[in-house]
Amino acid sequence: MYDAGKILIGLIIFLAFATFPFYSNMGKAVAKPDPKIDTPVIQQLEVKKCVESKEFMRAEHMQLLNEWRDAALRRGERVYKGSDGRTFQISFQNQCLRCHSNKKKFCDECHSYAAVKPYCWDCHFAPKEAKR
Amino acid sequence: MGALLSFFVVIVLVLIALVGVKGAGLYVLFGTIIPYAAVATFILGVILRVIKWSRSPVPFHIPTTCGQEKSLPWIKYNKLESPAGTLGVIGRMALEVLLFRSLFRNLKTELREGPKLVYGSNKWLWLAGLAFHWSFLIVLIRHLRFFTHPVPEFVNIIDSLDGFLQIGSPHLLMTGVVLLLAVTYLFLRRVFIPQVRYISLPADYLPLFLIIGIATSGILMRYFYKVDIIKVKELTLGLATFSPEVPAGIGAVFYVHLFLISSLFAYFPFSKLMHMGGVFLSPTRNLANNSRMKRHVNPWNYPVKVHTYEEYEEEFREKMKNAGIPVEKE
Repeated sequence: MYDAGKILIGLIIFLAFATFPFYSNMGKAVAKPDPKIDTPVIQQLEVKKCVESKEFMRAEHMQLLNEWRDAALRRGERVYKGSDGRTFQISFQNQCLRCHSNKKKFCDECHSYAAVKPYCWDCHFAPKEAKR
Repeated sequence: MGALLSFFVVIVLVLIALVGVKGAGLYVLFGTIIPYAAVATFILGVILRVIKWSRSPVPFHIPTTCGQEKSLPWIKYNKLESPAGTLGVIGRMALEVLLFRSLFRNLKTELREGPKLVYGSNKWLWLAGLAFHWSFLIVLIRHLRFFTHPVPEFVNIIDSLDGFLQIGSPHLLMTGVVLLLAVTYLFLRRVFIPQVRYISLPADYLPLFLIIGIATSGILMRYFYKVDIIKVKELTLGLATFSPEVPAGIGAVFYVHLFLISSLFAYFPFSKLMHMGGVFLSPTRNLANNSRMKRHVNPWNYPVKVHTYEEYEEEFREKMKNAGIPVEKE
């Protein structure tokens, strides 16, 4: 092997980059996210159903929130007609957060796991949560 | 022909992933075994390939230069274009690796009427290549959010810079779009420039199609056919912590994405993609232009048998004396 020193330094740098995910996680226990929907308002509901189905909300909630933002704030439309015919007032603060008042255990649980930082709270107040 | 062959190879890879997951339900194979095998092939393959290269000597001192060589103290020399020492070489290599400086000099050559040979500036390949490589690097770093927990701060910063336009939700990441556009340009260039098409082989098209497939499936997954990202992270983080698990209910697009990436990783050490390591080992770039100061000895050189004049005279002294030829020693 020619220039063995330089080659080895290069290979070590390559290994340091290529195996970064493996050694940077060593010895860290990761709890899986477990979002909670047990707020007082939800528990009092007779039919525990969001504005759309659970599957839809799970995959598309960010898009729906974006559409609601555009509808309410840019076009002044405040009524949302769900796919099952029910109608809702479009309001993040008064509609979404009325039930999902547990930001930490509902929103942040998955968002921090997936390192997603939505900019909802640039404008909106986070709901006041009872300290436990 | 080469393009079609490579295109079908990628289509077959997509179908293998779809059939394997949707049809045969081989989630563990496609979610765990193949990615591990691919990464192991990638790391081992790159190391072995570089070691194999390092066993070939550089017989000649062949830096290419385009600047004044270091000579007399009152002649100003070009430290980057004709480096005389290690520092200059590092600067030159950094420009080469990070900014593709030699590609920046790319010219187009045309035969015009006359006949007259005309050279012109041609920066498109440089621009698209730079956009492609940098956005691919940023996309790769962004993906660390799936393989680390807690996610390092630099990954979060890159992610927010990448999405700072705040278009839509989930916010549009610019590098994904730039990557797809740039790699499409690199492909179209091979198709539409006759000279480049003539020298293009299936091995040139295959990485392009693989990367187009990877970028497309990734964009589909983020903006259109969403997969359950929490389960995806459970899978990927399981891979990174050597406690693999395959949660049920991740969409098939994810497995296509993962299988195409695994294919790219496994293919890497055997392909032209090894220019990642090779760029560092180009003798025309990484040698200092100091051949007038230091003698470069070819490592192949074996000791040449010589017969000096002293030895010659020793052997024939008597005969030389008899013939009347002057000798140095009596």
